Amino acid sequence: MDTSINNDLNTRSEDALRVFTSPGKATVKSAKRIKRSYRQIKTENVFRRTLTIMGLAMVILVLGIMLTLIVQSIPSIKALGISYLWGKTWDPVRNIYGAFPFLIGTLLTSFLALIISIPFSFATAIFLGEYYPKGWLPNLLKNTVELIAAVPSVIYGFWGIAVLVPIVRSFELKMGIDPVGVGIFTSSLILAVMIIPYAASLGRSMIQMVPSMLKEGAYSLGATRWEVIRSVILPYTKSGLFAGVLLSLGRALGETMAVTMVIGNTSLLPKNIFSPGNTMASVIANEFTEADRTVYLSALIELGLVLFLVTVVINMIGKRIISRFTKE
Amino acid sequence: MKSPVKYRIGKSSGFQVLTIILAFACVVPLIAILAYIIKAGITKINWQFFVNLPKPVGESGGGIANALVGSIIIILVASIIAIPIGILCGIFLSENKKSRLAYWSRLCVDILQGVPSIVIGIVAYFWLVKPLGGFSALSGSVALAIMMLPIVIRSTEETLKLLPNTLQEAAFALGMPFHRVILKVVVPCGISGILSGVMLSVARIAGETAPLLFTAFGNPYLSTNITKPMQSLPLLIFNYATSPYTDWQNLAWGASLVLLVWVLLLNIFTKLITRRWKVQL
Repeated sequence: MDTSINNDLNTRSEDALRVFTSPGKATVKSAKRIKRSYRQIKTENVFRRTLTIMGLAMVILVLGIMLTLIVQSIPSIKALGISYLWGKTWDPVRNIYGAFPFLIGTLLTSFLALIISIPFSFATAIFLGEYYPKGWLPNLLKNTVELIAAVPSVIYGFWGIAVLVPIVRSFELKMGIDPVGVGIFTSSLILAVMIIPYAASLGRSMIQMVPSMLKEGAYSLGATRWEVIRSVILPYTKSGLFAGVLLSLGRALGETMAVTMVIGNTSLLPKNIFSPGNTMASVIANEFTEADRTVYLSALIELGLVLFLVTVVINMIGKRIISRFTKE
Repeated sequence: MKSPVKYRIGKSSGFQVLTIILAFACVVPLIAILAYIIKAGITKINWQFFVNLPKPVGESGGGIANALVGSIIIILVASIIAIPIGILCGIFLSENKKSRLAYWSRLCVDILQGVPSIVIGIVAYFWLVKPLGGFSALSGSVALAIMMLPIVIRSTEETLKLLPNTLQEAAFALGMPFHRVILKVVVPCGISGILSGVMLSVARIAGETAPLLFTAFGNPYLSTNITKPMQSLPLLIFNYATSPYTDWQNLAWGASLVLLVWVLLLNIFTKLITRRWKVQL
């Protein structure tokens, strides 16, 4: 050990001596070192520039998506004008395009799904955030609820066709409505299941952030658990829960496959919540590859543009609320 | 005016029971779906199912080989495109917290995360399918890559933010150049978080159908050419599930089980990694 270090020292000092005595070699060595550090600085700059370009690429990507949608829907905007959005008939064969049935279909399915899913997702959020935040059973529940979001939507659609549609059909028979089975109600049910995890997991983390001082204060005044939840936790997390609902809504609006498979796909204005219909996403999925005329295709793209803008606005508001909430 | 204490306590426990029931009711649909798909799909799965091509209606013994191969190729190409860009962009965002470009870039990643998948399909159609003159697996991969990006970027950024600053400072103090500090110190320390983000994004796109409808389009034959239409598992499920033939629907049930197992395993595996390495996503 010692000898090796000594040897090492010796060779080094010899090296230094040699460098000192032969100036030609020294310049070569320092030139090499300068070259190497120059190269490193160069690579460093290239690397920094690559990172910046990647950051810029995201901005360009989103702007590109928006521009593509706008440019491609110009023919329909020119030909149909703003009345496109509340025209009640959609008949590509006769060259009449009105998007109102799809707007209504989208709004109905999404809001119905939201109304159905909110009790479940809020209950999950309260259960996991307040009643039982630790333990294996709540942990299992939390992971299972998150898995709901992982199941591919096409599988939800297939299950809907095979299981849910017959159930809804027999229910409609009992109610005395046209027993079609497929329709807005069925797709809302599927959507409701699919969007539970979004509001639930956000709500859980928001509820866990409620300061325990507030809760303890309420308990010390003699409040019961329910009263603490209702008058301390829910008011405190109000905006966070709302953001969770917004994110679920954004998800429900854009959902395509599951809805396409169970909504029935008719372009008529839906009469009630049990009648078949179409959403903006499902009409694009169904007719995009069949659209043979420029105006037809561009009318579909305009639907996509509307969908894009609406979901962007909803998601932005949701994210803003969350970031404001977590900063406080 | 004041309700008796007993009533209030009763109300409180009543609400608690209701919450528990509602919370556990969420799991019911998932279990129902899992049980139904396992029951319907397990009998269709055998060796032939994995190596054969789909047969025409009326012939038995068809398989999903083309969809499996197609799915794997499309996902691989999407990963090759999205993972380097995503990780580099995540590094950019975590290194430049305050700059104006980072603010806009972060905003755009947020927007990208919320864009409906069908819209990305439309855009990929105009960017690649139309200029190239036909449906192709490559355009499907690009569409899926765009969907992967926000998840990879976000997980990279969040993981690198958690690393202590002293780590970087120590490396800089030793005279390491910036790119070596990032590639040799920072990224290896956060690799588990980055990897779990990558796996999560792969799990997410493995089941995506909507962007593939007008890009990869589907193909009844085995194809490994990424400039030609290609079948993928979700597309096969969609096409055969909505067909009126029992043979094809049976094929779709088997394919659903395969896809479900694949996606859920990826998710569970990711969760185990994140728990083991204590990474927060």
